[in-house]
Amino acid sequence: MPKLTVDGIEVEVPAGATVLQACEAAGKEIPRFCYHERLSIAGNCRMCLVEVKPGPPKPQASCALPAADNQEIRTDSEMVKKAREGVMEFLLINHPLDCPICDQGGECDLQDQSLAYGRGGSRYARENKRAVTEKYMGPLIKTVMTRCIHCTRCVRFSEEVAGVDEIGALYRGENMQITTYLERAAQHELSANVIDLCPVGALTSRPYAFEARPWELKKTLSIDVSDAVGSNIRVDSRGREVLRVLPRINDDVNEEWISDKTRYQIDGLTSRRLDQVWIRKRGKFQPASWDEAFKAIAKVKAGKKVAAVAGDMLDCETMFAAKALLGAMGSKLIESRQTGMDYDVSSLPAVNFNSTFAGIETADAVLIIGSHLRSEAPLVNVRLSKAVKRGAKIFVVGPEWETTYPATFLGSDVSVLANLPAEVEQAMSGAKRPAIILGGGGFAAGAHGASLALADKWNLVRDLEDGGTWNGYNALHFSAARMGALMLGFVQKGGIADLVKAKPALLFALGADEVDFTQFPDALKVYIGHHGDKGAHAADIILPAAAYTEKAGTYVNTEGRVQFADKAVFAPGDAREDWTILRALADALGVSVDFDNFAELQAAMVAAVPALGEEGLADYGADLPKGELKASGEISYPIKDFYLTNPIARASVTMQRCSAELLHGEDLAEAAE
Amino acid sequence: MLADKDRIFTNVYGYQPWNLAAAQARGDWDNTKDILAKGPDAIVEEIKASGLRGRGGAGFPTGMKWSFMPKEPPMDHNGNPKPSFLVINGDESEPGSCKDREILRHDPHKLIEGALVAGFAMRARAAYIYVRGEFIREAETLSAAVAEAYEAGLIGKNAAGSGYDFDVFVHRGAGAYICGEETAMIESLEGKKGQPRLKPPFPAGAGLYGCPTTVNNVESIAVAPTIMRRGASWFSSFGRENNKGTKLFQISGHVEKPCVVEEAMSIPFRELIEKHCGGISGGWDNLLAVIPGGSSVPLVPAEQIMDAPMDFDGLKEVGSGLGTAGVIVMDKSTDVVRAISRISHFYMHESCGQCTPCREGTGWMWRVMERLRTGDADVEEIDMLHEVTKQVEGHTICALGDAAAWPIQGLIRHFRPELERRIAEHAATMKEAAE
Repeated sequence: MPKLTVDGIEVEVPAGATVLQACEAAGKEIPRFCYHERLSIAGNCRMCLVEVKPGPPKPQASCALPAADNQEIRTDSEMVKKAREGVMEFLLINHPLDCPICDQGGECDLQDQSLAYGRGGSRYARENKRAVTEKYMGPLIKTVMTRCIHCTRCVRFSEEVAGVDEIGALYRGENMQITTYLERAAQHELSANVIDLCPVGALTSRPYAFEARPWELKKTLSIDVSDAVGSNIRVDSRGREVLRVLPRINDDVNEEWISDKTRYQIDGLTSRRLDQVWIRKRGKFQPASWDEAFKAIAKVKAGKKVAAVAGDMLDCETMFAAKALLGAMGSKLIESRQTGMDYDVSSLPAVNFNSTFAGIETADAVLIIGSHLRSEAPLVNVRLSKAVKRGAKIFVVGPEWETTYPATFLGSDVSVLANLPAEVEQAMSGAKRPAIILGGGGFAAGAHGASLALADKWNLVRDLEDGGTWNGYNALHFSAARMGALMLGFVQKGGIADLVKAKPALLFALGADEVDFTQFPDALKVYIGHHGDKGAHAADIILPAAAYTEKAGTYVNTEGRVQFADKAVFAPGDAREDWTILRALADALGVSVDFDNFAELQAAMVAAVPALGEEGLADYGADLPKGELKASGEISYPIKDFYLTNPIARASVTMQRCSAELLHGEDLAEAAE
Repeated sequence: MLADKDRIFTNVYGYQPWNLAAAQARGDWDNTKDILAKGPDAIVEEIKASGLRGRGGAGFPTGMKWSFMPKEPPMDHNGNPKPSFLVINGDESEPGSCKDREILRHDPHKLIEGALVAGFAMRARAAYIYVRGEFIREAETLSAAVAEAYEAGLIGKNAAGSGYDFDVFVHRGAGAYICGEETAMIESLEGKKGQPRLKPPFPAGAGLYGCPTTVNNVESIAVAPTIMRRGASWFSSFGRENNKGTKLFQISGHVEKPCVVEEAMSIPFRELIEKHCGGISGGWDNLLAVIPGGSSVPLVPAEQIMDAPMDFDGLKEVGSGLGTAGVIVMDKSTDVVRAISRISHFYMHESCGQCTPCREGTGWMWRVMERLRTGDADVEEIDMLHEVTKQVEGHTICALGDAAAWPIQGLIRHFRPELERRIAEHAATMKEAAE
């Protein structure tokens, strides 16, 4: 614990801290461009120079200098002021003065810091500024490389966090250029995070180009629903339109990153929207009023023969309201696993990501069963690559995919679990913190029982030497609604087959687009959702509802972490928030539910499932049921196209373009330009 | 003047073959086993006692540098001991410098033997000799010499019969000046873009592939076996206190006979030129200025350099430095502003581009220098240029920023009237054109 003084203020910092961190601990602001908490230290921008005694009589880069006992740091001396002015001047001599047409304007580190630390005028008056050609980086990242200040944050991000060596520097000196070498699109799921990292306007968002200035935007705190990670996001909107999504910092969940789908599916929120009521008449949809629709639904007189299927992006409140409605009608036919999975849901810890995302970083041997992590949960993949850097061994059962770290593939049939190679047995049983990750592909192939048997065999739930506890059994879901649905009991023992067997006369599809509706030929299918996607196509009646940015709600991620999202904008046209539709349906169907407003609904939900009322990890205990090791079945990954996994993304032009260009190799973007 | 018997580099002009037989006839590889038998610590002590300072430019005491290497190998995260490495800097790219080249092509066995002695002294597993990319024939000769040494059992397993295993690898650069900076050289050896690393950690702690590493100049390593044979006291009998030994001087420019010559340290400039170079062209009155240590040190005007002793401290006193002892002599026919501007262009071209002041500053400095050359500038811009050099100097990761700044500072310090004269002259022509 070195003790040092910063501008006369005495501070004590943890061993291994840098001088920059010590200065921050003392409440001093240190300007910086290249330094970033989550990336390795580059020390190349030279903006964070401070005066250090004892030491050479020149300023030192505080980001790279370890704090030591009895150092005297000055951040306010003449030397430091001159050094900052000098570096700032150098950065600006070749930086274009195009702030008025730069998308970074208003949230630009260079702008802010030149105001605070610059000298106010240029002496580089008689020379020309450097111009650099633009570099193509794909459909998401717009480049204006003349603005680049060569901080190399993007280079370090793609190498260290994304795990792909895609961005680098070419040439040297003044001619140094940041590029993707062959100017191919950055092809990974986290590529757009470099936009946030870029301290200037060199890398900006292509879909958001020239859309808005940051100060015009309303900022709403929300939760992402494109996968089950539950990334913390900030939704920036203007008027009724969501313009962009940015990550919020949450070290337990998404750290500081979000996937490209999280960020860019939002333009799908304005296309293919269901903004009015539709009723199918003689095979064709006709516009209708809410009243007509409710009457048509009541006319079925379904009684107890009513069922509901929940989609992947639903909030808990909607599911609870649906459960309450069906309960009032006397039915328990509710299910959220749309594709027909029927794994055992009697024990919550057996279907939860128990080690937590932060915890999986500390695992030292991991067996992945049927999960294509990069497309199912790119941010968990990042955690895993950190574990590998610390020395973890990774084994995968399932078809091969391109990992961003060394991993051993053991075959794609789950029968291998009963007969694992000695190397795997040795690594897993010898590990201090062994972990299993069971993905959707594994669930579908029937590996749930086998994974539980292995968890028992390898003793995944254990007390650690340091006094902590470890639960290395992890189920990795893919849909944002899954854990919430499981907590609410929005499931059947036999899965959706139970619903089919009951032959309902009325079927509510709550944003459910992956269901095979031909299984319900006799039911009146009512689609309550926001996009004209597969579910709406199969429906008889469409009731327009709100997307995740248009309603407040509770979400539970695959770790069992309860999180609240706020409403950013209003739903378009006639669309209503889902719970209000279900409440109105109760009246139309002549039953009563005990909530009349959102607060009452939430209160009723929390009364039923208290854990949903508290933000943070829900406690499911650590008792894993026993399972049968014998299993067989070929694993196939549920996600065929990372960019088009949900109705919003499928409606998004940006996501379609990503899919076409990045996954299917079409040369769309370049041809268009 | 250094007597022939006291020369270390006896084949610097290539009058004899470079091969092993000829080298052994000159005394190389003579009972190297006995040197190693003294033990690593004794070798380091002997080198320390000899007062040898690094010959690559910075002049850091070589023995002390070796002593920074760990005596017990540090462990990696799996608990295995890390090897240590010796990296030999043969990336001689400094304008005015041409001594390592002569060693590489005419006396490679001195270097290879030195690699073994130095590597053994610092408990290194192997030596990497990084040869400048443009040195094609030199690298061929060196590689052939290394093969000869392996063949003769002088290096490799049980090197020279000492029981010590030591490998020597020759690595060719790709022609970047910055790869002569020790940490950039390590990056380049690892196959990365040659850019200096941040220090700390210093290479002795974490260098090549994260292992303890010492980077030494070719000449520093090549003299080590001879020092061990003839003793520290012999070596330290040359030169002034703190500037001991003999040194290869490389004199180029306006002298009658430019040459590379081994001389005792602290030899006065006048004596060096008279004895070995046949004097200044046009006589001593015609001398304008001298860059005494390769392009990165400030120039020294004629009257100050003439009687200065050519060593680290002597040249520091006249505001310059010994550097690599690449002496560039300029007589009065020289356009000194153009000369310095050309050096500025070199540093702009060779800046790696990693850190801001050097990347942006070197180009700025060169552009102003080019205008000062023609006089197309304001007098105030001289002070501005000086300030810009100060903004670069000491603000960068490596010393290239300093090296780019010093020649310009030297020019402004000593030739300001010349700069002002050009500006006035240019302004005068402009006025006429405007009328």
